[in-house]
Amino acid sequence: MSDTVQKDRFDVVVIGGGMIGPAVAIGLLQRGLDVCILDEGDDVLRVARGNFGLVWFQGKGFGMPDYVKWTRRSAGLYSDFAAELLDATGVDVAHANPGGLELCLGDEEMAHRQHFLGQIYQQGGGDPYEIEYLDRKQVEDMLPGVPLGKEVVGASYSPLDGHVNPLFLLRAMHTRFQQLGGTYKPRHRVSSVSDDASGYVVHTESGDVRGAKIVIAAGHGLKDLGPPLGLDIPIRPQRGHILVTERTQPLLPMPMSAFRQTHEGSIMLGVSAEEAGYDDTVNTQSVHDIAARATRTIPALRSLNIVRSWAALRVLTPDKCPVYQESHSHPGVYGIASHSGVTLAAVNSRVVSGWIAGDTPPEEFKSFGVERFHAENAA
Amino acid sequence: MLKTRHDVTDKVSVTFDGQQMDVPSGISVAAAVLSVRDGATRSTPVSGDGRAPYCMMGVCFECLMDIDGIPNRQACMVTVADGMVINPQEGASRLGDGA
Amino acid sequence: MTAKIYDVLVIGGGPAGMSAATEAANRGLRTALIDEQSTTGGQIYRAVDDVTARRADDLSMLGEDYAYGQTITEAFRACDAEHFTGQTVWQLGQDGTVWSSDGSKAQAFQGQHIVLATGAMERPVPIPGWTLPGVMTAGAAQILLKTSGMIPDGNVVIVGSGPLLLLVADQLIKAGADLKAVIETTGVLDYARGAPHLLRAIKSMPYLRKGLALKSAIKAAGVPMYSGAHEFLISGDGRAEQIGFTTGGGRHTLRVSSVLLHQGVVPNTQASRQLRLEHAWHKTQRYWYPVVDEWGQSDVPQIFVAGDGAGVFGARAAEIKGKMCGLQIAQLQGRLSETEKDRAAAPLQYELEDHISIRPMLDAIFVPPRDILNPPDDATLVCRCEEVTAGNVRSAAALGAQGPNQLKAFYRTGMGPCQGRMCGLTVTEILAAAQGKSPEDIGSYRIRPPLKPLTLAELADMDVPDAAE
Repeated sequence: MSDTVQKDRFDVVVIGGGMIGPAVAIGLLQRGLDVCILDEGDDVLRVARGNFGLVWFQGKGFGMPDYVKWTRRSAGLYSDFAAELLDATGVDVAHANPGGLELCLGDEEMAHRQHFLGQIYQQGGGDPYEIEYLDRKQVEDMLPGVPLGKEVVGASYSPLDGHVNPLFLLRAMHTRFQQLGGTYKPRHRVSSVSDDASGYVVHTESGDVRGAKIVIAAGHGLKDLGPPLGLDIPIRPQRGHILVTERTQPLLPMPMSAFRQTHEGSIMLGVSAEEAGYDDTVNTQSVHDIAARATRTIPALRSLNIVRSWAALRVLTPDKCPVYQESHSHPGVYGIASHSGVTLAAVNSRVVSGWIAGDTPPEEFKSFGVERFHAENAA
Repeated sequence: MLKTRHDVTDKVSVTFDGQQMDVPSGISVAAAVLSVRDGATRSTPVSGDGRAPYCMMGVCFECLMDIDGIPNRQACMVTVADGMVINPQEGASRLGDGA
Repeated sequence: MTAKIYDVLVIGGGPAGMSAATEAANRGLRTALIDEQSTTGGQIYRAVDDVTARRADDLSMLGEDYAYGQTITEAFRACDAEHFTGQTVWQLGQDGTVWSSDGSKAQAFQGQHIVLATGAMERPVPIPGWTLPGVMTAGAAQILLKTSGMIPDGNVVIVGSGPLLLLVADQLIKAGADLKAVIETTGVLDYARGAPHLLRAIKSMPYLRKGLALKSAIKAAGVPMYSGAHEFLISGDGRAEQIGFTTGGGRHTLRVSSVLLHQGVVPNTQASRQLRLEHAWHKTQRYWYPVVDEWGQSDVPQIFVAGDGAGVFGARAAEIKGKMCGLQIAQLQGRLSETEKDRAAAPLQYELEDHISIRPMLDAIFVPPRDILNPPDDATLVCRCEEVTAGNVRSAAALGAQGPNQLKAFYRTGMGPCQGRMCGLTVTEILAAAQGKSPEDIGSYRIRPPLKPLTLAELADMDVPDAAE
């Protein structure tokens, strides 16, 4: 149950109740630590509510083989993570791993895609990379009953790709968190963190909360909260749009980078990327562009009603790879920045907690530090 | 569920759920259907529960029907026309509809 | 397909919209009225032109207040404003852009000023069994009378509170419906709450007299009336067949074919919310309304709101407020001076008082009952589209959901076709009660386009004009 006891002292205080905070907090609770999540009110940015729902492997980690490995790890743990949530909370996050496609319109797009993914493979220094390139016929075989637009020449495919219901995932994680004895404090927007002899003191709009360790999983909030704590992590907002159709009969057997059908039957359409600052209002041009490309790719979707649109702001690092960083000036304060909170939910829950609890960091973390941006600046 | 107050001479012919009927011209599809159907005019895509028009002004979306092959139309916002084919909206739309 | 450009865009064809458009056009502004319906009148004067022309006995049954609407539609027809019908607005911009659709094609408009006149809707009445076929709003029955001269057959009961309840009951009786009961949730204590406001209400004497006359007429027709009713249950096999309720006199069960529900009307705030206008909460009447000044201007200078969409004051007030918008916009766009505007507005403001002075009394008496606002039975459906119950909403509150948007994320409330129109107010009330907070603290759904569904084809095919300068 959410907190009625006015407890204000914890082993770990997690700032942020979105896709990352609760995942990490679950792992910490399972290690026997006493954890509190601080969250804001109802109508704030809440990027976690604007997710597409892909558990996506292909295309991640350009320039950073460790991120490819990290993503692979999370994809591998996902079924078990979803099963744990279902058993414990009764919430079915509808995870499925049928593989995924990125459809290409025209030969130039296909060539570009192959070149891009090929480079990721090269960067892996010989490690297997679970990608296949499909021609049009092979794509048609993978999507029976889905008439493709004539421009579709092929696709990249990965058996590691899947999808999940991101909102049910959020609810399941919150439920699991409280079930395990975590304390959820909403309307506790954080203004700053100081420290005293007994540990860190988090100053919020509803009073102070103390923690021996602090995890900043606050999405865009890291921009202001981080620097005073020695976590100067470069992030910027990048807006993305989603269109949602009315429910329809089962059509898409597998997720695609720009299409996925939920288990209730609605089809989600993406993808867009705009540099629009913190403006998360829906932009007509983006909506049109998504609609136009979607109908070129799968013309049969034209007759479906769009019932909803969303715009949300990705938390984007300069190289699109995550940051997991413990502060040097403030040991025990950890910052996490990532726009792939859905894909990484499993590994954030199962592995990241160890790093925070003081275990040896995961092997991939050697690449996820913030100094990689400073090194570039210095060079 | 509904009856007309007075004799109407100006009528159009429509079909609802396979049944032909003559209805006053100028009325909404929802009104026309309610004059012959007592119970549900759609089943929900969530549970299959039976629903019928509620607000008659385009706010509640309970009056969704398949009209001339296009699914999920708000029947209270569409005027009957001669030859119109109306069907209850059974659950979610199907992709072939309205193409 | 480029944007159609006007000085003023008016959204909605009811008394407020028509009056705003007429005033603006008559002051020389290039004006367009965009209406979802095919003829003007909104809901209150729906089909008034048709009824006046072709159905004389319906006209007399509907009454002189309804017939009055003809003067407004006539004035609108006579003015220069362009009239776009069958156009469903699905997106608005603070910069004056409006996107609509006729069902097959998206159309962009651009206005220097926009007047939202999208009116009100029936307050949702979430009682057990309210989703059964055969249950409609009282307003729905009235619309059927106006547009098609149809009445519910079989046993009809009308349930709820508010002036419209008695009006519709009277109209149905006159129309020949078999009205078995008028079941008011209002009780003696509710009426007593109106007493302090009686003095101001006397200025609206015609309204007071009408109310009393309606009650007498219903009694004279021999229709049983109940008051202080609560603990409702509508039940039946696949449709409404009976209604149970409790009054001071005990538990009653009536056999029914149609149940008409009514708990007053509330502003339809979908468009004003999508525009992110500032809204306030009406503490006694329990609804949200966009905050506007005496001229109808919102906190976004290009956007005006007129009529019941800015707060429920009735049709005559809506007409006057529409004119006020027209005048102010005309002045802002240089078509008349401030002095001329004030001179034109003075008699309107004076007349407005006649029509709104009864409101404090009505608002005090007809407060929606707590168990309608916050359904006590966990099994009662709150979100009709996604079939989410009051109990589900409460468990989201227990999980820490602070407001409707987190609730939406957890349970999909507000994600169905109606986009939260039917569940929004109830969700706010349940969360407020569960969290021990005020509705203002809880907030409302974030509304995003499209305001009504449109096809992917329309979105793919539309021409997006370059970003406004």
